[in-house]
Amino acid sequence: MKINDVILKTVAKAVVLVIITFGIYLFFSGHNTPGGGFIGGLVLASAFVLLFLSYDVETVSEGVPISFKKLSAFGVLLSLSSALAPVFFGKPFLSQSFGYFDLPLFGKTELATVTVFEAGIALTVVGVVVNIILSISEGTK
Amino acid sequence: MMNNILVFLMVLPILAGIILIFFRTNRRVQIVGSLGTMAAVAIISIYLLNKIQNTGILRLDFGGWEPPFGILFVADSFSMLLVVTTSIVSLICLLYAVIAAGKQMSTLYFHPSVLFLNAGVIGSFMTGDMFNLFVCFEVMLLSSYVLLTLGGSKRQVREAIKYVSINIVSSWFFLVALAYLYGSVGTLNMAHLAERVAEEGQGPLLTTVSILFLLVFSLKAGLLLYFWLPGSYSTPPAVTSALFGALLTKVGIYALFRVFSLIFPHQPELTLSLIGFMAAITLIGGSLGAVSTNDIRKIAAYNVVIAVGFILVGLAVSTPSAIEGSIYYLIHDMVVKALLFLIIGAMISLTGTAQIGKMSGLMKNYPLLGWSFFIAMLSLAGVPPFSGFIGKVLISEGAIENGHLFLLAVSLLSSLFVLYSLLRIFKNCFWGETIISKDEQLPLHKGILVPCVILVLLTAGIGLGGEGLSVYVADAANTLLNPQIYIDAVLGEQQ
Amino acid sequence: METLIIILVGVLTAVAIYLVLSRNLIRVILGTAILSHAVHLLILTMGGLKTGTVPLLGEAETVYVDALPQALILTAIVISFAVTAFILVLAYRAYQELGTDDLEEMRGANDE
Repeated sequence: MKINDVILKTVAKAVVLVIITFGIYLFFSGHNTPGGGFIGGLVLASAFVLLFLSYDVETVSEGVPISFKKLSAFGVLLSLSSALAPVFFGKPFLSQSFGYFDLPLFGKTELATVTVFEAGIALTVVGVVVNIILSISEGTK
Repeated sequence: MMNNILVFLMVLPILAGIILIFFRTNRRVQIVGSLGTMAAVAIISIYLLNKIQNTGILRLDFGGWEPPFGILFVADSFSMLLVVTTSIVSLICLLYAVIAAGKQMSTLYFHPSVLFLNAGVIGSFMTGDMFNLFVCFEVMLLSSYVLLTLGGSKRQVREAIKYVSINIVSSWFFLVALAYLYGSVGTLNMAHLAERVAEEGQGPLLTTVSILFLLVFSLKAGLLLYFWLPGSYSTPPAVTSALFGALLTKVGIYALFRVFSLIFPHQPELTLSLIGFMAAITLIGGSLGAVSTNDIRKIAAYNVVIAVGFILVGLAVSTPSAIEGSIYYLIHDMVVKALLFLIIGAMISLTGTAQIGKMSGLMKNYPLLGWSFFIAMLSLAGVPPFSGFIGKVLISEGAIENGHLFLLAVSLLSSLFVLYSLLRIFKNCFWGETIISKDEQLPLHKGILVPCVILVLLTAGIGLGGEGLSVYVADAANTLLNPQIYIDAVLGEQQ
Repeated sequence: METLIIILVGVLTAVAIYLVLSRNLIRVILGTAILSHAVHLLILTMGGLKTGTVPLLGEAETVYVDALPQALILTAIVISFAVTAFILVLAYRAYQELGTDDLEEMRGANDE
């Protein structure tokens, strides 16, 4: 079935960028205010889903050559390694630490290890959600 | 000092599982990775089990948050005994999978799923937090959903829908129970819960919450609410059935023991008699089921149900010897159920049928398989010197001490039904006229018998060397019967 | 307020049970989704409903709400999300394999 989806495609191009920006904003704001890896990841995933809806799977896979299965596995790996890292410094599993650093351009910035953990979660969520959508949409033609 | 080593028991399988996903097509990496991981887990858990005997209960507070604020892992003799058995049994099942199953199985995410399943099971055994228990249950269940549907035959898909739906509903009840528990005592740390419930007294509200937990865990364990079990345990490939039969129901049983000995021990006349009542009906229902079907996989699945009832008779009786008996029987059952399902899987792959009537005389062709089955049967029926004997004697002893004669009678009768149902398989399938002639005999992959023989040796070893285990089992039973030891270890100072 | 929410939880549960008991597989799945919403709301209510800010660093407020139920709910949402996704895929496979999404027609042991 072919539908005339010029409007959808044009809008999607612009909106996807907005969604991705918002997702990244949510991800970073989760440190001290509502938001975080899971929510940010879901919003990012919705950008991909919009792309899949407005274009077809093949086109998007060409443009975004990522294996989403591996992406989610990589996310879990990232989270787990950030949880395991403190073990090697004699701290309990899952310990987090943070510090303030003077960076060029940014000035005094807070850097926390929990961001790595959250990044892993976000990647996992993106991978899993897109994967599910893809596996349901397979073979429906 | 830090007990970070505790978390490796759960993290190693997860880590290995994730890494194996990246090497999906490389069969050798899958095999070496999964076997190596389970072996490492077995070694660490044996080391920890011995360490606990000297140092007392170990705990690890995640992220350094002290209980009751953070989540934590606790290792006492009971949980470590089960972790040791889990890792060894999974190792042997994986060995069987490697030898028996074709290439297809290893590339279908089978090994990662088994590792995640183990992570969930081990996490459930070790966690010291009720909500964390829920999370570990879900990790275990999600991997079991995947394992159940691998291959995706019609029958598997249909049984999977039932299995998944029933588990979603029981997880819902788990959450409801957790919500009410948190609402009434304001904590979810098991030791802290035990303390709070003891302070406040286990009133009607808390007893109702405890009954909700009983409902949830008995659905998972197959206590009374076992109607979903025979179908879903008899459909997947042999290895998966063996893992399910050996591990999944045991987690529910573990949770029942933990919750009703640690958190809600204050109304035994209600909760324990209810458990006893449910165990009796489970024994009767399982026995009737085991003799009513001609499908050997279903007979094995009903034997799982009978064992669940039997172990919980020990909890219902709750004397020191009965609890010890239950722990022995739990360990024994994990080993022997894996053996039973593996042998039955081999029989089905050799004959191409699961009906008793359609096979006979296998003994001529495959004597070693036949005698392995014979030993599994004796062990399940509780014949000395195999491992089932100690557990049965101790539970019976406890039941006599405590005057639970009805439970005793039912559980001993059920042993006869176990013996009868398995004798039927033994007599019909292994004896009688040989249906497979020498030349059309399928070559039994010699390696298949290796895991079975190891399990046979294990059951004989547990039976004969029960003395060696008795230190650990006695300590485990002591902790279960004196919750204060556990509470002090968790809420006290980190050693 | 708590009473009101508890009544809402009851209504949601009733709706969910009605859906779960129907014959259509998709309705059953929708029912389980609503079931999980109901229990999340229940956990939230059990933590106590009051006005306060989020208990996070860098906020000057002194009145905080209990953060634990929210953490529990987030975890439960993630889990129910994964399970719902799995059962949706499973239902789709079942529809392909068995050619029906009607639970009555799915039963029966023809293929055994």
